[in-house]
Amino acid sequence: MDIYILQQLVNGLILGSMYALTAIGFSMIYGIVRLINFAHGDIAMIGAFVSFAAVSLAGAPLVVVLASVLVAGAMMGLLVEQVAFRPLRGAPQVNGFITSLAVSIMIQNLGILLLTAEPRSLSFPGYLSRRIPGLAINIDLLDVIIVALSLVLMAALMTVVNRTRLGMAMRATADNGVVASLMGININRTIMAAFAIGSALAGVAGLMFGARYGQIDPMMGFLPGLKAFVAAVIGGVGSIPGAMLGGYLLGFGEVLFVGLLPPEYASFRDAFVFGLLIVILLVMPNGLLGRSAEERA
Amino acid sequence: MSRGAVVALALTAAGTLMVWLATALFDSYVQTLIAFAGINVILVVSLNLTNGLTGLFSLGHPAFMMIGGYLAAILTFPANRKGFMLPDLPVWLAGQQWDLLPALLVGGAGAALVALVIGFPVLRLRGHYLAVATLGLIIIVSVLMRNFDGVTRGALGLSGIPRLTDLWWVYGWVVVTLLVCWRIKHSSYGRAMLALNANELAAACIGIRRARTRLLAFAVGAFFAGIAGGLWAHQVTNLTPTSLDVLLAFTLVVMVVVGGQGSLTGGVLAALTLSALSAVMRHVQQETEIPGITQIVLALILILIMIFRPQGFFGSREPSWLTGRRAQGRTTSPQTTSR
Repeated sequence: MDIYILQQLVNGLILGSMYALTAIGFSMIYGIVRLINFAHGDIAMIGAFVSFAAVSLAGAPLVVVLASVLVAGAMMGLLVEQVAFRPLRGAPQVNGFITSLAVSIMIQNLGILLLTAEPRSLSFPGYLSRRIPGLAINIDLLDVIIVALSLVLMAALMTVVNRTRLGMAMRATADNGVVASLMGININRTIMAAFAIGSALAGVAGLMFGARYGQIDPMMGFLPGLKAFVAAVIGGVGSIPGAMLGGYLLGFGEVLFVGLLPPEYASFRDAFVFGLLIVILLVMPNGLLGRSAEERA
Repeated sequence: MSRGAVVALALTAAGTLMVWLATALFDSYVQTLIAFAGINVILVVSLNLTNGLTGLFSLGHPAFMMIGGYLAAILTFPANRKGFMLPDLPVWLAGQQWDLLPALLVGGAGAALVALVIGFPVLRLRGHYLAVATLGLIIIVSVLMRNFDGVTRGALGLSGIPRLTDLWWVYGWVVVTLLVCWRIKHSSYGRAMLALNANELAAACIGIRRARTRLLAFAVGAFFAGIAGGLWAHQVTNLTPTSLDVLLAFTLVVMVVVGGQGSLTGGVLAALTLSALSAVMRHVQQETEIPGITQIVLALILILIMIFRPQGFFGSREPSWLTGRRAQGRTTSPQTTSR
């Protein structure tokens, strides 16, 4: 039983890493432009398909796959920002949500149009999915890579945000965009950077979702995208450390909900996640690490 | 009789005539299409109260339709088939077989009740939480309906619901929805909703109670969504946990935005036009076998409108011949004021 729980915790860690990576971008974009980007999960889907093209069709090595997914995610983020969100700058917030929902539906259906709704199997080289010997629990190399890569990417992101001029500009813009622009910060460039970085991370998360579940389809990004939002809310929307924390908590919570309760409750998994969202909004609307929602909104 | 009442009566009479003509002239397929367009009118007008007028952003209409639809369908389901199809129904319910009207009302009330429970925590916050919470609600309701299979037949869905909805039922509810929403919009509640949308802080300062006003708009919208769900279920005669989904929420939002957020007239026109357009597009999609083209076109329309004409057809106004007031240049729609 102890081993069972340990295995569940490891699974939660893996799922949490993927949620955290997705949630960071969500939270970052929200923090800077106050936009809930429903298309975020769909950018993860694009990341998954790019990795499919790189691995299954071109047979590229892992590093190349990762680099191409990062680049593709960033490019998609920039494209969406330029085409759909930049023209709306300064419009009421609601217009932004509506547009991002339209972008999300558009990406999904373009995906169905161009790639068909048929799920494809994403198979990485076999050595990645071989169980690591000598351990009581079932972990393969891919799981280790997912967790380690997430941690590395998050550490890199925190360094950028806290140590560089770009990061300082991003924090200033999130705090008060008007004042930041008066101080000579190029707001457009900062927003583009947030979209590029956030979407690149989402792309990597898509690669991980695809690799872990072995199957990808054009609709795959929608639910993880929404769950990443729940993770961001748990941590406090707009806070990057909060998004990481929320992602891991949600990952653990979801896996333990399925793993520890009797099996007939397992199919209530998604209801649990969104029920959790409503409960959290009721008891602590600012999340764990967020600032007052009334003040920031 | 006031001018407003005359116009309302004249419109109702004209509508009645058109429905009568439709039932006399068209075959059942076209009548079904018209009924769906009417149900869309109910949905869009009620969603407009929440999203357009009050400036909330709810995507929950399909969830409320599911609640209303399942409640109403379980109530009208033939009592002699309930025993083996829905074995887990409580005994006092299993013997019941209601008429459509009370069943619809119970469905609407159930949806409104859920809206109150969900809205209470969420509406105290800014609108964007509502967007995701209501999307989540669609998933929650769908999961629950799939799992309570003794009462809802789970993923199989309720089939063989009596086909009680016809054009007259739909038309009747269109009239009621329009009347109620019109009265609310032009009452002090409606003004309060519009004020909250235009400038929340200023509205709060003149004593408008934010949470209560929003909750009212949200619950009334949900009530009519529940009714529409009941009508839908008794038209399609088949209701599964996935038949009302996020895509429907999206389609409704497109209709609200195209008509003009806050304009009931715009909502009616947009619901009718876009229902017709999507019927045509579905046909095109089948003919050309290009999957997803309907959604792509709708999404494109929405993005272009958001960029070039965010106020839609009518902004938040109604045409002046309906309100009896001369058009005033200075009435600014909330869409033109910055947040």
